Amino acid sequence: MKGYNFAYLDEQTKRMIRRCVLKAVAIPGHQVPFGSREMPLPYGWGTGGIQVTASILGSDDVLKVIDQGADDTTNAVSIRRFFARTAGVRTTTATAEATVIQTRHRIPEKQLREDQIIVYQVPQPEPMFRLEPSRVETRRMHALADYGLMHVKLYEDIARFGQISISYDYPVMVNQRYLMSPSPIPAFDNPKMDRMPALQLFGAGREKRIYAIPPWTQVKSLDFDDHPFRAINAPHPCGLCGATDSYLDEVVTDDHGGRLFVCSDTDHCAERRAAGYVGTDGMKEAAE
Amino acid sequence: MAYVAVKGGETAIDAAHAWLNEERRGDASVPELSVAQIEGQLGRAVDRTMAEGSLYDRELAALAVKQTAGDLIEAIFLLRAYRTTLPRFGYSLPLETASMQIARRISAVFKDLPGGQVLGPTHDYTHRLLDFSLLDPGAAASAPRAEPDRSAMPRVPDILGQEGLMEADGEAAGEPGDLTREPLRFPAERDVRLQALARGDEGFVLGLGYSTQRGYGGTHPFAGEIRMGEVAVEILPPELGFAIDIGDIVLTECQMVNQFKGSKTAPPQFTRGYGLVFGFNERKAMSMALVDRAMRATELGEDVTAPAQNVEFVLYHSDNIEATGFVEHLKLPHYVDFQSELQNVRRMRAEQQRVVERKEAAE
Repeated sequence: MKGYNFAYLDEQTKRMIRRCVLKAVAIPGHQVPFGSREMPLPYGWGTGGIQVTASILGSDDVLKVIDQGADDTTNAVSIRRFFARTAGVRTTTATAEATVIQTRHRIPEKQLREDQIIVYQVPQPEPMFRLEPSRVETRRMHALADYGLMHVKLYEDIARFGQISISYDYPVMVNQRYLMSPSPIPAFDNPKMDRMPALQLFGAGREKRIYAIPPWTQVKSLDFDDHPFRAINAPHPCGLCGATDSYLDEVVTDDHGGRLFVCSDTDHCAERRAAGYVGTDGMKEAAE
Repeated sequence: MAYVAVKGGETAIDAAHAWLNEERRGDASVPELSVAQIEGQLGRAVDRTMAEGSLYDRELAALAVKQTAGDLIEAIFLLRAYRTTLPRFGYSLPLETASMQIARRISAVFKDLPGGQVLGPTHDYTHRLLDFSLLDPGAAASAPRAEPDRSAMPRVPDILGQEGLMEADGEAAGEPGDLTREPLRFPAERDVRLQALARGDEGFVLGLGYSTQRGYGGTHPFAGEIRMGEVAVEILPPELGFAIDIGDIVLTECQMVNQFKGSKTAPPQFTRGYGLVFGFNERKAMSMALVDRAMRATELGEDVTAPAQNVEFVLYHSDNIEATGFVEHLKLPHYVDFQSELQNVRRMRAEQQRVVERKEAAE
């Protein structure tokens, strides 16, 4: 794009961000402060992820951008266009084709490979911010691996509700050392982070933090021996492709209780339907 | 009914932006505003945009105000995003506000003082009555002119400082920090705190400053001096070895004088709260000075009890671009997380129902 460097950021800034990424990879789960820039998109709309993506993107990369698992949500469209415009890279909606995947709130259903990088947009990198708002305090707690506060919160949940009440942004322990926010993905996606072959990078622009999980790193969702971690999903198959193991969106179809459950990962669902899988509502769609 | 995925996001976005542009232009039978008109006639909007956008460029600020239809936070955002892309050629020497070309200078702590009280172009003492004559375009307003006063206008805290009643200004500990390049770290020193306040949201800083006056971290302030006018900007190119003047900028400076009973190491004296803002914006400069002084509580051995004294709280919430982005991001789709919450609430309700039924069966 005329007047701007490849992928918008100047090379000095990219170098600074890459150094932070390297440090983050070296200390899995540790939040590394970085000189987050003011991007032409608003804070809270993916500026951290965009800066990380801009810094790692090369001209031969293939980029996929998803929001809520879908390639066609407005903000995913906007970010994909931003890179198509400023970097001229090839974009795709197919998970398998992408070399870099920027995501908000989901991990694709298809298992990622060693030659892929997934970049998460992170609104709030501090996993304990609801329990302790001061970052000076939480920084100290991370340094001492003092995570009693979070364990007490989970215990209190069980004591009051009989179960842990966190359904998304479910805290994880990375490499048995750092407590980490997986970003607001549903707890359903947490197990995919464990020993993932792909490199996982996390960018929080407004909070000016980068963190990472190197490939094949242990990521454990916090739980207790007698209350093991349980992922939640709607107890239905996908209405379009019949999948029983993918995360589902609930679509309101009328105003008297009608619901349709469909894959949140739109590429996954489309691929399955192309392969001939049909759900109960998919038949109707084909007939109409 | 079949579920049809929302396709065509790109077309929708383009159409929305086209509509936005049409909206901004308004009624096409009314002449379009020029950037020069905004720069000249909406000066305070331009000033605020430059101050919180951290970029002194009246024309670009006016352009931003035009482009955003007067939504100043959006205008500030445009200016900031542009500013990030600019290369840094160098840093200016510290500005010398003592030698400001004064347009306005008042002190609330002395009846008269060297250089005198200069009201300047102020809203103060105007009666806030709508001027219906402005409904019709009229002749340019003109003001009487006097011979400029060439006498020196020393800064009021410097006058107090001669007697040792005012704490010294202190030497900077080194190169000042830059929030736009380095992430915020704590404890945040005064240079970074002042930078954050100078680019902080006017309304937020005003509210915090006001809270200190109502008892939430009182600072016993007096408006020692407020001055507004042009100040020369100088840089020192290493290859030249002497300073050169690269232009003038308009600044508003406020020094609050605050009572201080002394500590183990400092005698009773007055302490400073400092405010400095691009353009003519007294409200912001005064609020900034109040909050700056409040945030010095720890340094001066005072109890930290109020929001305005909590440096972490103030600095993490004063930036309106960060704030508006995060507040407004709530309108982005969150249906994946909401779905997990739905399932969670349903599961918990079912669990509760089971407990109730079991209890009833036992009775």
